[in-house]
Amino acid sequence: MDMSFSPEQEAFRAEVRSWLREALPPELAIKAEHDAAFSHEEVMTWHQILAAKGWVAPHWPKEHGGPGWDATQRYIFSQELELMGTPQLSPFGLAMVGPLIMQFGSAEQQQRFLPKILSGEEVWCQGYSEPGAGSDLASLTTRADKQADGDYLLTGQKTWTTYAQYADWIFVLARTNQDVKQQAGISFFLVDMKTPGITVKPFLTTGGTPAFCETWFDAVRVPKENLIGQENMGWTYAKALLGHERTLVAGVGISARTLLRAKRLAAEIQVNGAPLLEDPAFRAKLAKTEIKLEALRVTVLRALASAQLGHAPGAESSILKLRGTELQQESIDLLMEVIGHDGLSWFNAEGVVPPRAESAPSIFNYVRAATIYAGSNEIQKNIIAKLILGLPSA
Amino acid sequence: MDFELSDDQRLLVRTVADFCKKESPVTRLRQLRETELGWEPRTLAQMGELGWLGVMFPEEYGGLGGSFTDTALILEQLGMTLVPEPYLASIVLGGLAVRFAAAPERAAELLPPLLAGEEVWALAYAEAQGRGAPSDIETRATQRGDGYRLTGEKRWVLAGHGASRLIVSARTAGDPRDASGVSLFLVDPKAPGVTVTRVDCMDGHKAAMVSLADAPGELLGEAGAAAPILTRVLDYGAAAACAEGSGIMQAVLAMTRDYLCDRAQFGVKIGTFQALQHRAVDLFVETELAKSSAIAAMIAADDERPEERMRAVSAAKCQLTLSGGFVVRQGTQLHGGIGVTDEHDIGLYFKRMHSLVTLFGDETFHTQRFASLPSFTAHL
Ligand SMILES: Cc1cc2nc3c(=O)[nH]c(=O)nc-3n(C[C@H](O)[C@H](O)[C@H](O)COP(=O)(O)OP(=O)(O)OC[C@H]3O[C@@H](n4cnc5c(N)ncnc54)[C@H](O)[C@@H]3O)c2cc1C
Repeated sequence: MDMSFSPEQEAFRAEVRSWLREALPPELAIKAEHDAAFSHEEVMTWHQILAAKGWVAPHWPKEHGGPGWDATQRYIFSQELELMGTPQLSPFGLAMVGPLIMQFGSAEQQQRFLPKILSGEEVWCQGYSEPGAGSDLASLTTRADKQADGDYLLTGQKTWTTYAQYADWIFVLARTNQDVKQQAGISFFLVDMKTPGITVKPFLTTGGTPAFCETWFDAVRVPKENLIGQENMGWTYAKALLGHERTLVAGVGISARTLLRAKRLAAEIQVNGAPLLEDPAFRAKLAKTEIKLEALRVTVLRALASAQLGHAPGAESSILKLRGTELQQESIDLLMEVIGHDGLSWFNAEGVVPPRAESAPSIFNYVRAATIYAGSNEIQKNIIAKLILGLPSA
Repeated sequence: MDFELSDDQRLLVRTVADFCKKESPVTRLRQLRETELGWEPRTLAQMGELGWLGVMFPEEYGGLGGSFTDTALILEQLGMTLVPEPYLASIVLGGLAVRFAAAPERAAELLPPLLAGEEVWALAYAEAQGRGAPSDIETRATQRGDGYRLTGEKRWVLAGHGASRLIVSARTAGDPRDASGVSLFLVDPKAPGVTVTRVDCMDGHKAAMVSLADAPGELLGEAGAAAPILTRVLDYGAAAACAEGSGIMQAVLAMTRDYLCDRAQFGVKIGTFQALQHRAVDLFVETELAKSSAIAAMIAADDERPEERMRAVSAAKCQLTLSGGFVVRQGTQLHGGIGVTDEHDIGLYFKRMHSLVTLFGDETFHTQRFASLPSFTAHL
């Protein structure tokens, strides 16, 4: 057993790091430094910079414009991005619908959509959840009715559609057969957001930012060319996508960065005439979280090594979402404790509170979502109980 | 041993609960957080008329001569619907600071309009360093003629943007962190040399950063003796936070329970899932434990023996962090996506809980204070 990276891998890390330092525009670097929120335009600027370098889609195969990296290189790359605090790219095109189109889309669909996902010319959002269908996604009721000419009319409501207000396209799960078992009557569609009949209403998260939307479809015409694969196979396609690159969802780098900031600030903040970091009780508290994060980091490495050998994701990878998201919350909780009173601030004008307090309160609120989206942690536990532990079901 | 409320207290709690439900549901905080002031003066005056603001103050100050427990019972109810009026900031911090610091005759002049709800006061004790510790301050007051002039920067003065009087701590002697030498002053926010900058808080309340440049102040009571008074007032603040937090937990427990009974997924109410039932039970357990500690703290807050008071208050404040933190986090989790929308009330409870946990000494502070009291190592 050996937990170190090879000299080649370390050289790769150094190359990534020095390029990132050069490539991240100074305005964004300053924001990254304070973990400030990036605007949609800033995220897309960064998308284009990465695209120009050929690094925007690390997990895409070379023939579709990926860099051809192995799992360890992808991990190193994502870790470096997280440690720098670069804008997080929208996952909907790059990590979700892109790979799905590669796997199940037609050659025409691949040519039509993939290059524009890569370049950032077309922004995507995800239309799965509905007011009545969250964890129980298969109960969705948005319907796609086939017309005489083969096109579909889409009617229904989606919700929690992240960044639909900026999206050019949405991928939608909709019911094409009402008469079969829930999962068997669902199809997967690509829908142009400019089609008449679509209404998007952004609403605020508890973080005070308009991160998600309600999206209504009123007899929206979807050309038959925009059906992925076969009718009524949408559930199978969508499921194949889950569990993709689970090593990345742990967000170890994000938590590590938050914790590092907490430590840096604790070294600055004075309590009783000495830095908070010198307070043994508080230091022990920080250390406890770092120890948990360390266990998670090694777990990620185990998952990575196993993926590198070509094994299917094993038991260790199933816990990454669970613990990773919990630690994202725990580390921001600690950061908030460090900044104390300043963390009571809410969107005040620049200069009223120190920069350290400008974005943390919003993140502190919004990060509660991490244990809810992408399959809530309760649902993750149900899956682990069933698939890993083989416990009997009721 | 008696945990029963008196008849008067029971009536008080019922009246306040009724008011909260009918006249100040959570939508009021939602509306008022968008305004500059953040509360309604006429509602505060109404509370004054009903005697809620003065319950714990002696009658000669315009109060009702009750105990802090009466105040805490009111705050617990106000917490349930997040009533935005600055009861804690103005009455508990501002009012008690004057009550304990000022000479009795002066307190008797000053307090009546506050307790009638005609004025709002704010206590300016915290600075950039020191995390709110009463004697870790750099603001200085120097005697000039028959008065004092203050210079320094005060931060996170709760309700300070709308206060007609500021009660400001400043050093008249000694170095930062010396136990003695801290004094309290009455400062007119409109006086020359005072700059009040409003800040918006996460929980929808407002505060102020107060900058003092040779600003005139009236010394309250004895010079140099205010640090223990401030410690006592902040302990009242902490006990008040525990009471309000207890109300928040009860509200979050109730709304989460209702949601589990209401929301269906997989063809059943999600409250049928045992994993969620157990979580709901944990919410209930934590709510009850924090309530117990809050009761101990509200009783001990009036205790003249500092050590007794500090033990109960520090214990309750830590318990609030543990239990309150758990309840608002898991309450949110059980609501799924809707729990992280601004439209849903649970996020407002989450935010207010963070303020209560942070103010008047956080978990680290109170754990350490608890462990450093002689009682912790007694009977070894
Ligand atoms: C910030 C954010 C962004 C999102 N972005 C998108 C997006 O872009 N597109 C999209 O389609 N969706 C999106 N979602 C939706 C997300 O996938 C759903 O919120 C999630 O699936 C949970 O569904 P729900 O909110 O309806 O909660 P519910 O399913 O109603 O769950 C409520 C609670 O019950 C628990 N629960 C449910 N079933 C079980 C069970 N069987 N056993 C034990 N516990 C259970 C849940 O864990 C949760 O705690 C987003 C959500 C959030 C919070």
